[in-house]
Amino acid sequence: MADVAKRDLRAATESDGDGIAARGEGAARRLPVAKTYKLYIGGQFPRTESGRYYAFQLTDGTLANICRASRKDFREAVAAARAAWGGWAGASPYLRGQIFYRIAEMLEGRSAQFVAELMSEGVTKRRAQTEVAASIDRLVYYAGWADKYQQVFSAVNPVNSSHFNFSMLEPTGVVAVIAPAAPGLLGLVSNLAPAMVGGNTGVLLAARAHPLSSMSFAEVLHSADVPAGVVNVLTGFADELTEHFASHMDVNAIVYCDGDADRARQVQTLAANNIKRVISRVGVAWNRSGGQSPYLIADTQETKTTWHPIGW
Amino acid sequence: MDRSPSKLSFQTDWQYAPAPESIDHVRVNERYDLFIDGEFVAPAAGGYFDTINPASEKVLARVAQADATDVERAVQAASRAYQDVWSGMKPAERGKYIYRIARALQERAREFAVIESLDGGKPIRESRDIDIPLSSAHFFYYAGWADKLEYAFPGRRAKPLGVAAQIVPWNFPLLMAAWKIAPALACGNTVVLKPAETTPLTALKLAELMQDVGLPPGVVNILTGAGATGAALVAHPGIAKVAFTGSTEVGRLIQKSLAGTDKRYTLELGGKAANIIFADAAIDQAVEGIINGIFFNQGHVCCAGSRLLVQESVADEVISKLKDRMETLIVGDPLDKNTDIGAINSAQQLATIESYLAMGRAEGAQLYQTSASLPEQGYWCRPTLFTGVSQSNRVVQEEIFGPVLAIQTFRTAAEALDKANNTPYGLSGGVWTDKGAKIFKLTQGIRAGVIWANTFNKFDPTAPFGGYKESGVGREGGLHGLTPYVELG
Repeated sequence: MADVAKRDLRAATESDGDGIAARGEGAARRLPVAKTYKLYIGGQFPRTESGRYYAFQLTDGTLANICRASRKDFREAVAAARAAWGGWAGASPYLRGQIFYRIAEMLEGRSAQFVAELMSEGVTKRRAQTEVAASIDRLVYYAGWADKYQQVFSAVNPVNSSHFNFSMLEPTGVVAVIAPAAPGLLGLVSNLAPAMVGGNTGVLLAARAHPLSSMSFAEVLHSADVPAGVVNVLTGFADELTEHFASHMDVNAIVYCDGDADRARQVQTLAANNIKRVISRVGVAWNRSGGQSPYLIADTQETKTTWHPIGW
Repeated sequence: MDRSPSKLSFQTDWQYAPAPESIDHVRVNERYDLFIDGEFVAPAAGGYFDTINPASEKVLARVAQADATDVERAVQAASRAYQDVWSGMKPAERGKYIYRIARALQERAREFAVIESLDGGKPIRESRDIDIPLSSAHFFYYAGWADKLEYAFPGRRAKPLGVAAQIVPWNFPLLMAAWKIAPALACGNTVVLKPAETTPLTALKLAELMQDVGLPPGVVNILTGAGATGAALVAHPGIAKVAFTGSTEVGRLIQKSLAGTDKRYTLELGGKAANIIFADAAIDQAVEGIINGIFFNQGHVCCAGSRLLVQESVADEVISKLKDRMETLIVGDPLDKNTDIGAINSAQQLATIESYLAMGRAEGAQLYQTSASLPEQGYWCRPTLFTGVSQSNRVVQEEIFGPVLAIQTFRTAAEALDKANNTPYGLSGGVWTDKGAKIFKLTQGIRAGVIWANTFNKFDPTAPFGGYKESGVGREGGLHGLTPYVELG
């Protein structure tokens, strides 16, 4: 509480544009309302059940108290993602595409806020502007794939018998994503979009150094008609939560983007408990064109082959 | 409407005379060495083990036991062949070698079929009509991909991975080897294959065939042995990819053992498929589908329809007809062309099946078996049903891998789907109904990689196969079966 008060006070005294008020001649000066950053689970913004936080220093020197999500938060999020799965996987690709386009629209409208938040997280203004623009464009890119990847990756199989046989993709299920440490917003978007546009639901762990932009992005999702539970976003420590992301028995796939051989070994060992699909995206340059591809959608898809007799 | 159970009648005055397949044209050596770098070589430690005929319990041959030293030799040979010959060969030429394998296999098909039945216990009708022709077809199909890979991966360039370690099970010994070797070679990889301990012979015959067709030495190496051989192979740092077909238990161990490495892997694991019969299905055809689903290959099938979900209103009729049809199944000599159900693959597997039969009864299920007569020698199991099971029973949740069907009923399609999806597995499923829209609703709803509508247990080289959930990772067969064997640049 003390931190919050201090931050608010300093934000107020250092706020620009109304120096008269700050100097105060008895005139009422307006105290800005600081935002409490919380988690995003099941379409709601709860605090971590654990009550824990980590202090996050903004570039202006103020401190934000960020939720340090717990294993139980993660489990709640998985339950929400599982509950949302049937509806989202069953939604038409056209609808999913429109919702993703809507996310892009919402982000475009709030570009200035995201640039400011990224700057608060230590990103230069120019890079922040580039990153927000790239994030918007990436959402549009995947919005367009929603009703096309199926046509690229499916097949009618010419079997040697009197059957109509086809293979098409279906979402793997609930996907756990540990976002790359950087870029904060673009890395989150680049890993969220290919999984979710393909009908998966999931839980994302935001980059530790980018909690503001990540949790504000959850608000963008929330205002873009993404159904509750489809995307759940946590803030916290990858060191602490990776174990749970990798071992949860109702998670079908795990995506991770950072870490050394020990981290890879930990993820892959625990993932084997329920034969999770393990998708390693270590070293991907998310700000380049290689950071987007329909093959990233295919990473969290299952191929289903259906046989149907042809006859009288 | 009165739907009291009607009986299917198979009464006839005709008796089946024995119709044994001749084996005089079949050549099986007394002893087999390891196939490394194009030659049969003695195992470093000099150990051999017996492979027996499960229908007679007699020894068919002595087979080399490969250890870590042999694995080292084989991986080195495969690496050299990869570097020096295979990965750089013109793709069309690579394809021609694979076509040769397909052709030679067709020419020797009957010999392979007989050996497959001798070594594994499966009915000759199946090895002759399914295992061997499909194996050849797999080589033929993937041979043609070798020089067309740029059309398989739009926007990308496919490159081979290196040496593939491939471990195959005992239920379809040659077919599983073909599923693994053919796409690996087509994409430019070389192979070290380990057949199952109880069924090594057709893989060794395939090694002879590869010598005879002039496949460059080291492109395919075959190591016989048990689990330790497979573990040493998987652990070898010189391999780039692991392809495994077998139990979920072993698959999990392999996935764990590969943790922290850059090795790619595909796993084809267990299953517990639901075969869903609706009241509006063609019931007599559905009964045939149930029989094929669970009694094909003694139920030693990962995608077997081992759970019957039958709509309540027709349950009595279906079960009654099913029992009538089961009674006609002939259990016995795998080499007899009349045999429907051959020998259980090994004493160990028979013990596993029998433990599940005891477990099912202990869980409160009712067991039904036919009155089929069984030979005195060998390992056998009568066609078996469990009724009165609940979703949480182990005979409903776990893969038995034998001719044992667990029967549950349902009222609504939603209930059928809930029950079908309520296991950790997701390999296959079946739906029987005359209503087209319902077929698509159900085939979409079942969380499994292969779905048969109004048919069951059909396979084809062009049709991708593989599981959801704990039934595995990756696909084999078809265009999608190329993916595990390429690096996309």
